[in-house]
Order: sequence, then structure tokens, then C-alpha cells
Amino acid sequence: MEEKIVFSKPKALTDIPFHYCSGCTHGIIHRLVAEVIDELGCEGRTVGVSPVGCAVMNYDYFGCDMIEAAHGRAPAVATGIKRAKPENVVFTYQGDGDLAAIGTAETVHAATRGENITIIFVNNTIYGMTGGQMAPTSLPNQVTQTTPYGRDVNIAGYPVRICEMLSTLDGVALAQRTAVDCVKHVNETKKAIKKAFQNQIDKKGFSIVEVLSTCPTNWGMNPIQAVEWLQKNMIPYYPLGVYKDGVKGDRLKNE
Amino acid sequence: MNNKVLMKGNEALAEAAIQAGCRYFFGYPITPQTELAAYMAKKMPKVNGVYLQAESEIAAANMVLGAAGTGVRAMTSSSSPGISLKSEAISYMAGCDIPALIVNVQRGGPGLGGIQPSQADYWQATKATGHGDFQILVFAPATVQEMIDLVGLAFDKGDEYRIPAMILADGMLGQMMEPVTIPEHTTQHLVEKSWACCGHQNKRKHNVLNSLFLTPSELEKLIIERYKRYDIIKEKEQRWEEYRLDDADIVLVAYGASARVSHTAVDIAREKGYKVGLLRPVTLWPYPTKAFTTLKETARAFISVEMSMGQMVDDVRLAVECKKPVHFVGRTGGKIPTPMEVVDKIVEVGGMD
Repeated sequence: MEEKIVFSKPKALTDIPFHYCSGCTHGIIHRLVAEVIDELGCEGRTVGVSPVGCAVMNYDYFGCDMIEAAHGRAPAVATGIKRAKPENVVFTYQGDGDLAAIGTAETVHAATRGENITIIFVNNTIYGMTGGQMAPTSLPNQVTQTTPYGRDVNIAGYPVRICEMLSTLDGVALAQRTAVDCVKHVNETKKAIKKAFQNQIDKKGFSIVEVLSTCPTNWGMNPIQAVEWLQKNMIPYYPLGVYKDGVKGDRLKNE
Repeated sequence: MNNKVLMKGNEALAEAAIQAGCRYFFGYPITPQTELAAYMAKKMPKVNGVYLQAESEIAAANMVLGAAGTGVRAMTSSSSPGISLKSEAISYMAGCDIPALIVNVQRGGPGLGGIQPSQADYWQATKATGHGDFQILVFAPATVQEMIDLVGLAFDKGDEYRIPAMILADGMLGQMMEPVTIPEHTTQHLVEKSWACCGHQNKRKHNVLNSLFLTPSELEKLIIERYKRYDIIKEKEQRWEEYRLDDADIVLVAYGASARVSHTAVDIAREKGYKVGLLRPVTLWPYPTKAFTTLKETARAFISVEMSMGQMVDDVRLAVECKKPVHFVGRTGGKIPTPMEVVDKIVEVGGMD
């Protein structure tokens, strides 16, 4: 009987096995990015920028050229790549500590400049790589290694809502928040990532997809509990949806 | 453009970079280097280049990392406090073997310091431009013409050895005007950058520019390999200039603006009968130790002349293998030593009066 391949690894992923913990959703998001690169046929002209955090070694996983940035600086590195080689498709892949704490300035200014780049922002409300400290996106009362009594907003302040914040900037083409907790949301995430890459190819401006993700290890849960925790706690605080979808500067034209 | 033109040091650095094929400048305003950025803002659009004002020195240097990572010639410029912020990206560039140009038009420090000329970033430039085991090329011009010439060389040598390069100038050189000749297209050779991350076009395995190596033996091996390259640089790239050293028994050692002062001091002291000369390092890393080979035997004493508290003294001591005394004269905090202050030191060390 002839064998028929019905499912395979995207071409844009290498053969190196992921190092991620069981139940971590980075693997799904990596795959979605790779599927989009395959579908757009742009691997050969794509340059990715790796973050510091759990996804730090994704330069080994993506088959396109990759540059490893310092913590938080991926949007600046991506800016340099894109300005030097506008014909390249340039994306960053960043976690919440990287993008929304140490790299806030780089994120906001790449966005407001309307840098024609794509950012995949993985929000799991915790610093995973360093063992579970409070992130800028940790929820009020969330217990982490550095908020052992729960995040007290009077001491540690409030979580950052990145898509809401960036959607106010004229350089942004797309700001969309999705999740990978269920098949429906995974499919929506892929569509959003594809749009974020297509926007760049169409020179529409800065595109960011914020993906709500799980960290069973540092949340102290099994993978199923982690997905349920995401649904019950994260989605209400970080509503899924499209916060901006257009072309950079379009609001100015309408005024 | 082979006629003489009158140019400010900062602007000369910028024009020289454009002539060297640099089309990507990422900056952030800071005194006293601002004219460099302003010149780039005016000129880059005319040569289809990119001038981008970043949100911080940190971002500017990381933009340079990204641009240079694609294989193009890219640069940033700043002054002392800004270089501290750029040191993050400089360390990463060194760790990824990405060549790029960083200009430091030094001002007084520490902290916010002042905005007057200084050479107090010598240690930062030559010993610790960031964390980790690494060096960068450091060129120290003493005239506006030399600022121009060394920019082209810094790009060429950076590319050749895959190493970041710095022009270590100061506020005096940056702000002064001198007649210069700007050679057109000083790019001597553009090396093939097979390591560049600009898309593999489905023709090769992906390139990765990365400084993370979690296996200690792997990281150690890479650093040792890099240091072998540093050894070649130390052997081949030392540069210096000599002035009236033939019979000198007192040797002034000075670079940049201090060398100009020392040059005058040598002439004054010679008239007074002192056998004194000037050794001017042009490269600060690699330090021109070869220049001292004979001098450390023939000279009686060395005087390091600096606009700092004597940061270069130890390098002079090492170069003379402590065979002769090494003295220091200098000013700091934005003050420039006068030729007479240097002459007084020569007299003190020479012991004739």
C-alpha cells in the first residue's frame, strides 16, 4: 500500500528537537510561525531575531537566518536589519519580560516609527527561563517566586496590556491578541501571524501578535490545569481580539 | 574632492564614513558629538543611506548590530555617557564577531561629568567596552585629517578581522576645524561576508549570529579562537608615530589631543636643551608595544601625558617592562594640559634646571 503523508514538520523548522517543558505552548507558536513562513514562501529572505528568555535558543529551531539579540533589544536589532535590507522579511519572537519590561522602549519606539517588522509576543505572565519570577504581565494576586504572597498591585504595580497600549500609536498596522489554549484559538493565532507577516510584505507597518501562552512548570500546574488557568484568569484580563488593523498612519489620513 | 576643505572634526568623521561606504548610521544626540549625527542626517538621504535617530544609545547600538549583522557597513557615534549605554551591544557584537564602527568623542566623567574634552574613557575603550573576554580595535586620531584617514581604516580592519572598531576622539578634536583632504571612496577592499544574516535564499544552511553558548567547553573554545585572532591583530596592526625620538632620553607618550600639546612641549623643551621626543600611539588597542622595543633600552624615562588621571600609565609601564620610570602629567575633568605644564614635568624628570 502506498503511504500518504498527511502531517509533517514545516520546512521552516530545523530538525533540532525543542527544549521546551512538557505542556509549554512555545512549541505550538513556533510551529505556527514556521507554517506561515512556508505558506508565504519567504524562508529564503527571512531573518528572525531571537529573544532572551525561554525562546532564546530558537535560532536553532527556525531554518531562516537568525540573530540573537540582547534582552529586550530585539525590536532595535530588527530595525537595523530591516533598514539595511528592506527586501528581507524580519520578525522578532519575544516573551513578556523581554518585550514588556526591559525592552519596553525598543518595543514602543519601533511601533511608533512604524518599523515594517513583525513581532510575535508570547505572554505567559511569568519569567520562565530564570525560574518563575514576576513578569510585567503577571496578574494581580498571581503568586510567583518574587511575589510569593501574590502580586500586590500597591507594591508591584499593575500588569501591562501591550496590545491596548500599542494600538494608540500611529505606526502600528496590526495589534492583535490571541491565545493557543484550544484549536479554535490556535487557528485564529495562525491567521493573525500570517496577517502580521503579510502586512510586512505589503509594507503596511508595524505588526504585533500577542499570544497568550502557558507555563505549567513555573505556574506549578499540569498542562491541562495550565490551559484552564489561562482561560479563567488571563483571557478576562487580556481580552482576545484585534486592537488595531489597518495601515500605519491611517488615522491621520482620516482626521 | 581632493582639494583642501576646512572641516570640523565631527563632520569629517561623518564624511569619511560615507566615503568608506557606510550607509547606515544610528545615533542619539549627545554633546560634544552632535555635529556628526547632524551631518549624517543631512547627507545620508542624498546618498541613499539611512540616518535614524534611535530612542536611546542602547537602541542605536543594537540597531547597528542588526544592520551590520546583515553584512553592511554600519556605525554609531556618541560621547562618554552614551558609550556606557552602547557597551551592551558592543559586547554582543564582539561575541557574535560582527564588525561595526563606534565613535566616541570623549567628554569628562564619571557620571554626567562635563561636556569639555577628556580622555578618561581610555580604560573603557581598551580594557572593558562591555562585559566578557573581548577586545575591540581602538584608533586614536590626533588631527582632523587623521580622523578621516582612520575611519576608513577602522572599517577595513573591522571587516578583515570581524571585530568592532572604535574611533576614540575627544571633544577638542570633534569641535576643532582644520583643512583636510577627503579621499573619495576610501574603501580599500570589501571582504566577502559569508556569515551575514540577510536571507539564505534557499542556497545555503541558515546563518546564525549568536553569543550564547551554554556549554562551557564550547564557549571557552570560541573565546580562545577569538584570542588567536587578537594575537594576529597585535602582531600586525600596531600603529604609532614618532617625533624627535632619535636621541631622546625622555620620551613623552601621548595620543589624540594630548599628543598635540606634547608635540609643542617637545619643541619648547628641545630649545631648552632637553633631549625629549614624542611617541604617539595611533592604535590604543592593539597597544603599540613594538614602538618601545628600543626606547625602553635607550631612553632614561617616560612621561605619559593625558587628559585623565593617568589611565594609560600602566600600559606604558608594561610596554617598557618596568625597565625605566614612567611618570605622568595631565589634567582631567575637561581641562587640557598646557604645553608649559608638560615642559615643567620634563624639567622635573630631566633634572637639568
